[in-house]
Amino acid sequence: MTEPSELQLSEAPPGGLTRQGSLWGDAWRELRRKPRFVISAAIILVVLLMAVVPSLFTSVDPNFADLDHSRALPSGDAWFGYDLQGRNLFARTVYGTRASLIVGVTSALLTVLIGSVIGIVAGYYGKWLDSLLSRFGDIFAGMPFVLGAIVILTTLNAPTSNPSQTRIIVQVVLSIAVLSWPVAMRIMRSATLVAKQLDYVKAARGLGASPFRIIFRHLLPNTLAPVMVYATIAVGAFIGAEATLAFLGIGLRPPVVSWGVMISDSSNYVRTVPHMLLFPAAFVTITVLAFVMLGDAVRDALDPKSR
Amino acid sequence: MGRYILRRFLQLIPVFFGTTFIIYTLVWAIPTDPFAGKCGQRPCPASYIEVMRAKFNLGDPLIVQYFKYLGRLLTGDFGETFAGLSVGKLISTAYPVTVRLALIAVLIEAVIGIGAGVLTGLRNKGFLDNLVLVSTLFLISLPVFVTGFVLQIVLGVQWHLISPTVSRAATFGELIVPGFVLGSLSMAYVARLTRTSIAENRHADFVRTAIAKGQPTKRVVGIHLLRNSVIPVLTLLGTDLGALMGGAIVTEGVFNINGIGGQIFRGIQDKEGVLVTGIVTLLVLVYLLASLLVDLLYAVLDPRIRYD
Repeated sequence: MTEPSELQLSEAPPGGLTRQGSLWGDAWRELRRKPRFVISAAIILVVLLMAVVPSLFTSVDPNFADLDHSRALPSGDAWFGYDLQGRNLFARTVYGTRASLIVGVTSALLTVLIGSVIGIVAGYYGKWLDSLLSRFGDIFAGMPFVLGAIVILTTLNAPTSNPSQTRIIVQVVLSIAVLSWPVAMRIMRSATLVAKQLDYVKAARGLGASPFRIIFRHLLPNTLAPVMVYATIAVGAFIGAEATLAFLGIGLRPPVVSWGVMISDSSNYVRTVPHMLLFPAAFVTITVLAFVMLGDAVRDALDPKSR
Repeated sequence: MGRYILRRFLQLIPVFFGTTFIIYTLVWAIPTDPFAGKCGQRPCPASYIEVMRAKFNLGDPLIVQYFKYLGRLLTGDFGETFAGLSVGKLISTAYPVTVRLALIAVLIEAVIGIGAGVLTGLRNKGFLDNLVLVSTLFLISLPVFVTGFVLQIVLGVQWHLISPTVSRAATFGELIVPGFVLGSLSMAYVARLTRTSIAENRHADFVRTAIAKGQPTKRVVGIHLLRNSVIPVLTLLGTDLGALMGGAIVTEGVFNINGIGGQIFRGIQDKEGVLVTGIVTLLVLVYLLASLLVDLLYAVLDPRIRYD
């Protein structure tokens, strides 16, 4: 009985890997030639650099306030001008990248992780487990996103309370993930349903491979592509969601500097000091645009039909 | 078909209970003291707390509370807020405004989105195609409140084309710009979906046959191509109608519209549990029914789909 599984061990991984390698290899070759991909990748690299070493871009302390400069317009000294408290908006925008990106990336990772695990289990086992998990996903998908996030975040933090910074970041990430995972689950589930019918998966099952092995060795490499595309777009969407939640006053809050916090600071003064809103909003838009464009380009490259 | 409808309907029931139960628990069970800050600076008098606890069944176990609440809800009684206002009445004044806003948004989405999608789908790559692609990408990445604020400042404050805020009456005319803002994100998706769908069907056999029969282009596009390509778009629009009502909070905040979103936001800030659960239950119900309707519509529009 050990023979078949031995045989599988030596045969399956190279087979699986070259297939995967060629798919991603083709995609990579296709991508490098696309201006859309190159531009979005360049923007993302700059944004990442800003998040990691903000001091490279500005030497001004983002929280240093000088009321003399209050509401000053953009100038040579301060490219983006100053906010109501007289803080340098350029420095704040640069330093805000980190928190915004952390929220976007971690919530996308969490969403995809939860969604993929549940989706692949539902797709692979099928039957009653599939119905159960799908209905469970529907419960969370049925809640409108903004509404659900408001209820969750205000319940966890009473309006008068003063929770710590990390606690709020964790809560925002968790509530985004809790409300979004059904999307990732549906993508993973339908990809699994297709991959499950492939001959080599049936062969592996016939040879007695364990479900765990089939899922990780055979199904996962083939179902990863659509989920990865979703994840890229989701990073962008969640950076926007962070801004929306902060705008509503329930997301991150000062002294954390993030794009959402800056936008929320500006929301009461939009009509008199529009540049307070404009610059962080432009950064949110450009970053989201870059991630959505990247996801789009990767999807086109991975989809053989479009070639 | 009948069996399919029944099965889909039965599937809705656990989802409805699940979603509303989670919301009910979040609103009523997790906050430690529902009366904190209810009576100004001092703690609430014991008699008040006693009356309120009895009124909202707070003495019962959570699950009993929930079913008591739902039981009354199903008879059409939304209950009363802490101050004794009828929640049903609050909802019925705010709801039509939000429904109107969402309808306008869906209408704008449909007209502009499908229009742009058809125009670009029929052509090959070129300037127009790139323009629509880039502008949809841009719309997707623009947070709703930014679109709202920019249009409000430019059109309302600087050019005086619209009034920056919407009056209490919220007429159709006033809601056009907010509706555009609310629908802008989905409009981009509608345009892209129509474009791919048209581009795919353009080379289908039935289109080739229609052209070979010598039918005018207008008829080929309008009757043969559009009817077949618009089906997935309609489903997107249908589910969107449900989703937009819940997503209207931000738009309503920017334009100061007195709709369901403002109502629910106030309800959460003031910890008016009955108001929040009432509205959310209603929205979830609308969303679920809309997605059911869309599923059924699919079969009606595309006779190739059979559910049995």
